[in-house]
Amino acid sequence: MSAPVSAIREPLITGGKTYHNITEDICGPTERTPTTAWVIAFIVAVAGLATYVFCVGWTIWVGIGSWNLNRTINWGWDITNFVWWVGIGHAGTLISAILLLFRQKWRTGVNRAAEAMTIFAVICAGQFPLIHMGRLWLGFFIFPYPNTRGPLWVNFNSPLLWDVFAISTYFTVSLLFWYTGLVPDFATVRDRAKGLRRKIYNSLSFGWTGSAKHWQRWESLSLVLAGLATPLVLSVHTIVSFDFATSVIPGWHTTIFPPYFVAGAIFSGFAMVQTLMVITRKVLHLEDYITVEHIDSMNKVILATGSIVGVAYLTELFIAWYSGYIYEQFAFYNRVMGPYFWSYIGMMSCNVISPQIFWSKKMRQSIFVTFVMSIFVNIGMWFERFVIIASTLARDYLPSSWSYYTPTWVEIGLFVGTLGLFSTLYLIFTRVAPVVAVAEVKSILKSAGDQYVGPEVARKHAEEAHHEAH
Amino acid sequence: MNQHKEVLYGLYDDEEVLLKAVRKAKSDHLDIMDVFSPFPVHGLDDALELTESRLHITGFIFGAIGTLTAFLFMTWVFTRDWPIIFGGKPYFSAPAFIPITFELTVLFASIGMVVTFYTICGMGPGVTNPTLDDRITDDKFCIAFDVTGAEAKQVDKLRAFLSSTGAGEVNAKEI
Repeated sequence: MSAPVSAIREPLITGGKTYHNITEDICGPTERTPTTAWVIAFIVAVAGLATYVFCVGWTIWVGIGSWNLNRTINWGWDITNFVWWVGIGHAGTLISAILLLFRQKWRTGVNRAAEAMTIFAVICAGQFPLIHMGRLWLGFFIFPYPNTRGPLWVNFNSPLLWDVFAISTYFTVSLLFWYTGLVPDFATVRDRAKGLRRKIYNSLSFGWTGSAKHWQRWESLSLVLAGLATPLVLSVHTIVSFDFATSVIPGWHTTIFPPYFVAGAIFSGFAMVQTLMVITRKVLHLEDYITVEHIDSMNKVILATGSIVGVAYLTELFIAWYSGYIYEQFAFYNRVMGPYFWSYIGMMSCNVISPQIFWSKKMRQSIFVTFVMSIFVNIGMWFERFVIIASTLARDYLPSSWSYYTPTWVEIGLFVGTLGLFSTLYLIFTRVAPVVAVAEVKSILKSAGDQYVGPEVARKHAEEAHHEAH
Repeated sequence: MNQHKEVLYGLYDDEEVLLKAVRKAKSDHLDIMDVFSPFPVHGLDDALELTESRLHITGFIFGAIGTLTAFLFMTWVFTRDWPIIFGGKPYFSAPAFIPITFELTVLFASIGMVVTFYTICGMGPGVTNPTLDDRITDDKFCIAFDVTGAEAKQVDKLRAFLSSTGAGEVNAKEI
């Protein structure tokens, strides 16, 4: 008998579901014809994707000169977008790996969609370093392959190259982890289907049978992959932060960057998960699986990481003053009072001040507040990267080369375009795969379903015991 | 391997009933061919007396290969094949090799384990393994006995065992 963790803990699956209900509720949406809302959303997303393709084409055809970067500010929206997307891509693996190791049951309701989101966000992130090279078709130069130029190898001491390895490893491992979790669920979809659909899902399910030995190996594999992915997810944004921290630019050259970037990544990742979950649970009627408890838990993570980020911002300011180093002091004075002061205000208010609303349980459990806050955090984290990159570069050592930067329509189009790319992938995902991990939710039904656990059930048991005593 | 098997199987509605049945089968010395379930049932490994999976050992071996590949390759490139001085650092600048070494360790271990998993389970893209019942991936738990060439008496005994331990349905199928 799988005993409940705590009798008074809120249930994670509501509606008194049976195993069959779970299958029906989660696999059902993939079997019905798409709703009008989905079709409209998909058209908008594909329009965004088309914008993206056009702007990439324009960048390649005209050259990087079609962007407004200059000698002083040589990283702008491109790298800001890259770091923003990579950060968003941290939540999925954090939810599925770290929460698996910590045995957090609420992970099962959201891990599938969060991991999918992670993979799509990393795809979007990967676009920017490639496009910003200018000569996209030579992108393969970043890999150390035997070549006819010596062979001349890449610089293994460069954090930019570490990034190549970190991002591509992260993408591969996340994909493997996600797909391995999907295989049993694809088998469930397969066994409900007929004809061509059955053939397709048979192929996707890799011939899964549900044998006891396979489940044992599957659990072992998931656990070890989680163990590997946990340090990996922490390493990725650490290495992204090295891109800045190992340079000698005041404002970038700080040892606080790795933990501060990782906290920020988790923060923005959870915000994006909230944005998507609030919509997904409503549209696909999954309120019984992605409950207010799940949203509450994720808001707690947002509050914690947002506050860590806030402490990091203040620490940076303090250390800049305390160091007595005038260039460092100027860099931070410039962030707060310089030409890009508005992005600093945007960052501080969206990332540090507004999430404090989540100290209130009522706010954490409000769907509307959660959705609005998740958008705020997404905007705030974009500003954070812009502050770090553009405002720092705008004022370098030589006042004669000080500069200002605003993006061209191509750069804006690229950013909006990746939102289209991301949405297109996510919308396709909701059509072809179960958006909640069916098998994993079934495995916690008896320890987290509302007919088995929760305050209601505890009260009922207490009453029964009371009656028996009399 | 493509020999046809005759399988007698019972479908249970609940994993706790299934666990009791498996334990009883073990104490009655019945030879279970396999047990199928829609999700991993806790305690089933012990009840079936399955040996612990050694998949994590594969993970360690592949990871170690990754570590060595990355570290030795970078060392060879920067000390033997094409030594270049970067920022006045020594050719063999081991601390700078750590991030890539770590990433390749994780990459090799993950890919190696996943490929091993699918290989030993006989799974892969496009593979079709015979299944007994479509509801096993939904809400049924199944105990299967191999009854190829078994006497009618033996089959009846197994059938009686399945019904008496709570199987809602008992069927025979050739796979």
